[in-house]
Amino acid sequence: MSDKQHSIIGAGVPRIDGPDKLAGRANYAADNLPADMAYGYGVFSTIAKGKVARIKVDEAKRMPGVIDIFHHGHFPSLYRTPSSFAQGNKVEETRLPFEDERVYYEGQFVALVVADSFENARAAARHVEVEYAAESAVANLAQGLDDNGTQAGSGNHSRGDAPGAFEDAAASIDVTYHTPVETHNPMEMHASVAYWDAQGNLTIYDASQGVVVERNALSKIFAIAPERITVHAPYIGSGFGSKLWTWPHAVATAAVAREVERPVQLVVPRQQMFTTTGHRPETRQRMRLATDANGRLVSLRHESINTTSFTDQYVETCGSVTKSLYSCPNLTVSHATTQVNRGTPTSMRAPGAAPGLFALESAIDEMALAAGVDPVQFRLDNYAERDESQDLDFSSNHIVEATKQAAERFGWHDRNPQIGSMREGREIVGYGMAACNWEALKRPCDARVSLRADGTAFASCATQDIGTGTYTIVAQAVSDVTGIPIDRITVKLGDSSYPDGPISGGSWATATTLPAIAGAARNALDEMKRYATGDNGVFAGASSDELDVVDGGLRNAGGKQVSFAEILDAARYGSADGEAHTEAADSQYSYRSFGAHFVEVRWDPGISHLRVSRVVSAIDVGRVINETTARNQVEGAVVMGIGMGLFEATEYDERNGRPVNNDYAEYVVPVHADQPEIDVILLDYPDLAFNEYGARGIGEIGITGLSAAIGNAVHHATGKRIRELPITLDKLMDDVPQAQSA
Amino acid sequence: MRHFDYARAESPQQAVAAHGSDRDAAFLAGGTTLLDLVKLDVMQPQKVVDINGVDLTTIERLDDGRLRIGAMVTNTALARDERVVEDYAVLSQALLAGASTQLRNKATTGGNIMQRVRCPYFRDGVSACNKREPGSGCAAIGGVNRTVHAVLGTSDACIATHPSDMCVAMAAIGATVEVQGPEGSREIDFGDFHLLPGDTPAREHALEPGELITHVVLEAPIHGSRSAYLKLRDRQSYQFALASSAVIVRMDGDIIREARVAMGGVGTKPWRAPEVEAALKDRTASEALFANAARLAFEKATAYSQNGYKIPLGQQAIVRNLSDLTAA
Repeated sequence: MSDKQHSIIGAGVPRIDGPDKLAGRANYAADNLPADMAYGYGVFSTIAKGKVARIKVDEAKRMPGVIDIFHHGHFPSLYRTPSSFAQGNKVEETRLPFEDERVYYEGQFVALVVADSFENARAAARHVEVEYAAESAVANLAQGLDDNGTQAGSGNHSRGDAPGAFEDAAASIDVTYHTPVETHNPMEMHASVAYWDAQGNLTIYDASQGVVVERNALSKIFAIAPERITVHAPYIGSGFGSKLWTWPHAVATAAVAREVERPVQLVVPRQQMFTTTGHRPETRQRMRLATDANGRLVSLRHESINTTSFTDQYVETCGSVTKSLYSCPNLTVSHATTQVNRGTPTSMRAPGAAPGLFALESAIDEMALAAGVDPVQFRLDNYAERDESQDLDFSSNHIVEATKQAAERFGWHDRNPQIGSMREGREIVGYGMAACNWEALKRPCDARVSLRADGTAFASCATQDIGTGTYTIVAQAVSDVTGIPIDRITVKLGDSSYPDGPISGGSWATATTLPAIAGAARNALDEMKRYATGDNGVFAGASSDELDVVDGGLRNAGGKQVSFAEILDAARYGSADGEAHTEAADSQYSYRSFGAHFVEVRWDPGISHLRVSRVVSAIDVGRVINETTARNQVEGAVVMGIGMGLFEATEYDERNGRPVNNDYAEYVVPVHADQPEIDVILLDYPDLAFNEYGARGIGEIGITGLSAAIGNAVHHATGKRIRELPITLDKLMDDVPQAQSA
Repeated sequence: MRHFDYARAESPQQAVAAHGSDRDAAFLAGGTTLLDLVKLDVMQPQKVVDINGVDLTTIERLDDGRLRIGAMVTNTALARDERVVEDYAVLSQALLAGASTQLRNKATTGGNIMQRVRCPYFRDGVSACNKREPGSGCAAIGGVNRTVHAVLGTSDACIATHPSDMCVAMAAIGATVEVQGPEGSREIDFGDFHLLPGDTPAREHALEPGELITHVVLEAPIHGSRSAYLKLRDRQSYQFALASSAVIVRMDGDIIREARVAMGGVGTKPWRAPEVEAALKDRTASEALFANAARLAFEKATAYSQNGYKIPLGQQAIVRNLSDLTAA
């Protein structure tokens, strides 16, 4: 790869899928309308715990257009998937839809109407009469602990003697943080369209961040060979993790499509996207930190409990970053869960790290204050130089530079550390900062690239573009290797019949997919060279080694340059094809991404108005593949972090476990007017130990630490340490009247 | 699908005739409430009378200086009308503080007055709600009630706020609602239009079955006055008020000669505060005066499990608005 060719890597290439999306040509799951399609509509439980005592469908069945109504007494027998991450058949909710009469959460499918139109299905669904035998629900984390205590989680770590070192320390803190349930709320609804052909092959269009895993899970659930299932998800209206794993609605859609012998479409209503398609669980995190007289961490304990469902254990690994971000000889990280009557939680952008770094980076701020050290200096003094949890060097770590650069750009040195001391008119200005961190992961991947006789290239991989720009960076990689311009490269993703690719999660799609694509492109080039040097080839008799790849063609030492199209034409081949398989990352190093957020808040106490007015983030994610889409990922994550910090919480009625604010009006996320000036610095140091592109992935790191930086800035402005997200204005007000107890 | 009769009216008379006194009939204007609640199965009209063809889209200045607004004038058109911007800044600002551009383009003046509460227990179709199912109780009391629940005008039967911003401005300005019904036309004072929940929260307004709002007539602007709407909420846009204030003042030097104050987000109806107005009249503007006056508005307030903060926040909305308006 010449430097000239590498110039496409890192360039801000516009999204190649943009025009199709703008023109409405991009078909999302529910846009697929196969002939003779029927519509499903769910009946959802209105209790959070208990049983369906009786279900009456006779009246609903007689309504216009109704084809059938399914429920636990009338549903085909299916099989559970072993739900193995290693086998690639994981689901988050292992219980099958309509498996029995039990109700584990409000908004659980208890029946499914299939009718000839959406309207008829919905109307009939409202006439299905369900009688429940309700039981007292476990409505939140506190009730879960009272009722059934905790179950041990995974991802624990211990080194040294944290309790002992805590006792002898010069300064210490012992504080507990709480984060609420957050719901992904992607714009595109969860939706499935499924049909079976006469040979018993299943095709499903699903809003999925992982077509291969969905295929494999459905293969287990329907007990048919994976080759007989095709999952399509060419476009996804974002997912934030909620579309990583197959949820009950997709299983139910495929099952009833087989029963009614027609294609069936099912769209999950917005209200049930708060119940049956995952959420980020509620957490309680106790942090005990201690320093020596020099302000060095000597003891760190991070004990996290998160809510999970009664059907499955989901562990929110809040301490995943705590293990390795700071140097500390005595450290304990533990995770436990408590069961509540909610649907099974799932990964939401930066799972573990997002709530975990709210606690850790708030606690670090508290510890710095307790130790009498500036929060930036405290971090610079305590950042780990190697991964002490794995006893490994980091492959590439520029957190010190990120912190210093962002501090400089932000103007941290102008900060008066005195609480509430920085005023502008009626507003009190607060400065806060936090580190951010995310594990860099790379999974096995297959890919195929064809160089075609018409001068174009075609690349395919069964990964997905969830709106992040994967289509575009795959084209950049093909262009980088072959010299074919972007506008002559077609990229196909989101189809399980393509070579196996990764789920679009964990920020690993870039690092996983690009090396496989580049490998496939190089293999296609080797094929091209064989054609060129073969008997009828344009360079017949030459050695492949003598040929350079230049601008979509080959050139020999004599300067003769021939395009791929001419080479293929001469050899009478339609294409030169290559496939490649690349492996998961090795364990030679600890691979992580790093960064720092600096946040300015403004608090107007006269009207109890808090806003984030400025954010500077410096991010070290290895090489940046696409300047535009990379910046967009960080800016979007910062905005989402503002939502996490100030607004977002799914509110459950503590009396019955029902999610109450289950729509876009009442579940508050930032709008455009809430978005501050966001200044993103991309450090762009290639991490070549990780992969040939040196890219580590960028989707999640931007949200980590952001809410802590806000909380730290709020503390600087107001003197109030809010340890329970979101930081709403009522938590910052003084003398709030309390309700008279009834 | 759920079937209903649909009629399209060309005049108020036709609309009223088509509607009749049928309690299961509904007028369809912008649809931003009705369609929403029908989809949620909270409202199930048997007959829908579409009034989008009725020519009630003009705004006219009456000879006595009042402003007569057709019920089908959209929120966007009303907010941008020059006479409104000039003479009733508080109304223009209130309208623009509400909803989103798309919603304001569809929402109408009459429909905004008729919009229904945002209480999630009303909208979920399942929980106890005396508005939706009289006698079933009020799940919001003791439940999730931080954002769209009131501290003023509440009862044991209902604590939902009236969600409108526009109506708060109209309450401050003073207005008359002109309606047409099977028995002919009549006028309702704006302050009497919305009803307190009391024991009958399902009854929300003074309209009789089949009556149609045709116009809202704003009182003549107070010569020499200034006005503004201040809306406080979690995010900067697209959220119902946690607390808001509509304030009109006429100053004489630094003396307040006349003040009108209404509040949103805190009451079960658009909440005019005459006790605040009286406390301000003929007094010299000062922060202390504003704070004392604002306190009067909440003397009878009731804090519920999550919304006690609205009592100080509502006062802040009044004080800040007065402070800005009376500043030289």
